[in-house]
Amino acid sequence: MSLLSVNDLTRNFGGLTAVSRANLHVDEGELVGLIGPNGAGKTTLFNVLTGVYPPSSGTIELNVDGTTTSIGGKRPNAICRAGVGRTFQNIRLFKDLTVLDNVRIAMQQNIPYSLLAAFTHAGTFGGKEQQIRDESEQLLAVMGLADKADELSRNLSYGDQRHLEIARALAVRPKLLLLDEPAAGMNPNETRDLTDLISQLRRDFGLTVVLIEHDMSLVMRICERIYVLDHGSIISEGTPEHVRNDPLVIEAYLGEEAPNA
Amino acid sequence: MTEFLQQAINALSLGSIYALIALGYTMVYGIIKLINFAHGEIYMIGAFVGYWTMSVFHLGVFEAILAAMIVCTVLGVLIERVAYRPLRRSTRLASLITAIGMSLLLQYTMMYFVGADPRAYPALPDYMNASFSLGGVVVKSQQLVIIGISVLLMILLQFVVKTTKMGKAMRAVSQDPEAAQLMGISVDRTISFTFAIGSALAGAAGVLVGIYYNSINPLMGIMPGLKAFVAAVFGGIGIIPGALIGAFVIGGAETAVSALGYSLFRDGVVFAILIAILIVKPTGLLGKNVREKV
Amino acid sequence: MGAVRNILRWLVPLGLAYGIVLALIQVGVINNYLFATMMTICINIILATSLNLVVGFTGQLALGHAGFMAIGAYTCAIITMRVDGIVGFVLGVLAGAVLAAVVGFLIGLPVLRLRGDYLAIATLGMAEIIRVFINNMGITNGAAGLSGIPRHVDWNWMFFFLALTLVFLWHYIRSAHGRRAIAVREDEIAAEAIGIDTTRVKVQTFTIAAFFAGIGGGLYASYFYVLQPSQFGFLKSIDILVIVVLGGLGSMSGSIIAAIVLAVLSTFLAQFTDLRMIIYSLLLVLIMIFRPGGIMGSREVSLGILGKVFGERKDPAAMVAPPIVKQDDEEVPSDEEVK
Repeated sequence: MSLLSVNDLTRNFGGLTAVSRANLHVDEGELVGLIGPNGAGKTTLFNVLTGVYPPSSGTIELNVDGTTTSIGGKRPNAICRAGVGRTFQNIRLFKDLTVLDNVRIAMQQNIPYSLLAAFTHAGTFGGKEQQIRDESEQLLAVMGLADKADELSRNLSYGDQRHLEIARALAVRPKLLLLDEPAAGMNPNETRDLTDLISQLRRDFGLTVVLIEHDMSLVMRICERIYVLDHGSIISEGTPEHVRNDPLVIEAYLGEEAPNA
Repeated sequence: MTEFLQQAINALSLGSIYALIALGYTMVYGIIKLINFAHGEIYMIGAFVGYWTMSVFHLGVFEAILAAMIVCTVLGVLIERVAYRPLRRSTRLASLITAIGMSLLLQYTMMYFVGADPRAYPALPDYMNASFSLGGVVVKSQQLVIIGISVLLMILLQFVVKTTKMGKAMRAVSQDPEAAQLMGISVDRTISFTFAIGSALAGAAGVLVGIYYNSINPLMGIMPGLKAFVAAVFGGIGIIPGALIGAFVIGGAETAVSALGYSLFRDGVVFAILIAILIVKPTGLLGKNVREKV
Repeated sequence: MGAVRNILRWLVPLGLAYGIVLALIQVGVINNYLFATMMTICINIILATSLNLVVGFTGQLALGHAGFMAIGAYTCAIITMRVDGIVGFVLGVLAGAVLAAVVGFLIGLPVLRLRGDYLAIATLGMAEIIRVFINNMGITNGAAGLSGIPRHVDWNWMFFFLALTLVFLWHYIRSAHGRRAIAVREDEIAAEAIGIDTTRVKVQTFTIAAFFAGIGGGLYASYFYVLQPSQFGFLKSIDILVIVVLGGLGSMSGSIIAAIVLAVLSTFLAQFTDLRMIIYSLLLVLIMIFRPGGIMGSREVSLGILGKVFGERKDPAAMVAPPIVKQDDEEVPSDEEVK
């Protein structure tokens, strides 16, 4: 059974069908790419998967450790706790909080303590807070942000902000990580580093990753399987080589005026 | 049945007055997203201007309404320029507190000059005091005047907003001030114009309330102002037809509660209705559910 | 060591404040009038810091704090008038706080789904409804109100409850729970995406704020011994909000300073009788125009000297941020938006 099974998923906005009868299956440990021209519905698909929009129809199932949960239409926070972490296309950090706090707020979700401890700073408070802090700092170190822990996240460089978003998403300890254009705005060097980092994170954290990306070099290099979305429908699926040579995909990207080579 | 029709007429008069005030709230909110708490005071000042026009200058009711509208227009535009414009780029809460400050300022300045005691409105001409019976339903001619003037002003407003260039500018600015500016619309002038129209309507409402309740005082703006605002939110704040529907619902509910003998619970019922509609439709009756772009 | 230092951070300033006031009372510097002003300040601090938790730290514009204060005040009054002695008083204050919290929870659950100005007007309406009920109930003696409530509040009791409120709220904000609230203020969608149940967080802070407003109300009833529904109108809620905004959203020390400044100001303005409110409202407008972020912005008073004495280092847990109540008008894209 796949980790993520999406069956006949449709999402309409008024008369517009942003995602149309999409079927996706992602196995545990896979690294899957989601590509398609602008306006194809990639981000909308992510938003439906993470509960920002409920699906108009269709089902989404998550199978973690042998138990299957239907997450279609659940609230984003419930879907997150079921094991799905994500980043946003237009970076949504807590901009006026420090780098450490951004990660802590996510990390603390796994290390809860009581309201009474919060009011008194007694009992389990000290130990739990220390644990939250230590684990957050470890994660920041992995993401190369250890020396920036006390900076306001709005003051980070663009690349660092993208890294921090990934760190925050990892802090909730997801099984499935959805990355929405993680390399957007990065130069080729940064993109290469990010590619390596994603592969490394997948190994170290035992993650399954689905990523939306426009940078084809990144997608073709690290994705094992690719889904191509156009006008809300999945028009092709397979290995990078297969997708690259699919005439439907070429047409979707180049438009109908493309020479029929 | 007669009783019902009787109350319906009362509800219609009260609703018309609320509608005139609610329109100002909703237009200002639509364009600068500010709850203009001072709007209730503009209406109070309109009532006093009407009072002086009739008692000091011995002019008629319609001249009084006109005078109130003119003075309130000037006042509304002035308040926007002096107090709200400097805060346009500031936080919503800072503007809100400023609006509350303006509201208190107008109340207590007025109180300083005219005293806190309520005063009776000048005697109305005979034709305004006439009443006639339609199948047992007593209709006062002043009620007809209130409803008539309100409807007239609302039609005029609809005409201005829908057909004139300024109306188009208002709609454009309320949708996207920056884009409107790029299209060559003067945002400042449009906002001033919106305050002008809203305040003029409130001024007229002030005189009509004076006629309706026959009593005015410097604090009279608070409750009707709040209720008109409730009406605007009920219908979906920023939406002109919504404000009208809201005003008549609130006016109707108040009249009904009073007629059933629970007038002490009147204000509570108004707010309960508001909360109920917001729980069902979080952006009001006609409000569109705007969703943040992700 | 860290724990001791943390305790000293609030114990020292509170202890100093308590001692100084006590000494001044003993010496006779604080007369009755001054004492009443101080009681008002303390009650206002309780009300403002608790409201700040909702408006400043969670970013939810609530305009009905007077409603919770009224519940606390009337509950405390009714109980102290029936149960004698200090037991009745403590019982009354706590019962009022609990009842206010329960009402806050029940109202917050449906209402806190609303955003921005819709939430503001709904909470304002809720407070008005509470007032209408008090106005029409037998046990509250309707519009005439209650008088002759036994006065139990002295400086010790007032200080006890004030300190309780401040210490609890201060700790709460600097905990995982408080950080969650701040995350909701900063970006609700991002907060949900990392598993935060935003509705639950909002209801939690709203309920806590109602609880402490209830305490403030109880102290008010017991000290001023006369209650009328008209004292808890819309303007009372606004008064509290003004303290919060003037002090700075998301600044506890700002709320404390603003409560003191406003009390001093109003004492000073008392001599102008007729012009008092005109000057007050004019100042309000001018302050907002020239200092819209409030006195403190969102910073806290760092205990400069004390900090040095106890070797306090800059604590990153003190999340200071410019907490702007989010501009909802940026959320223009509607349902039709695709991406």
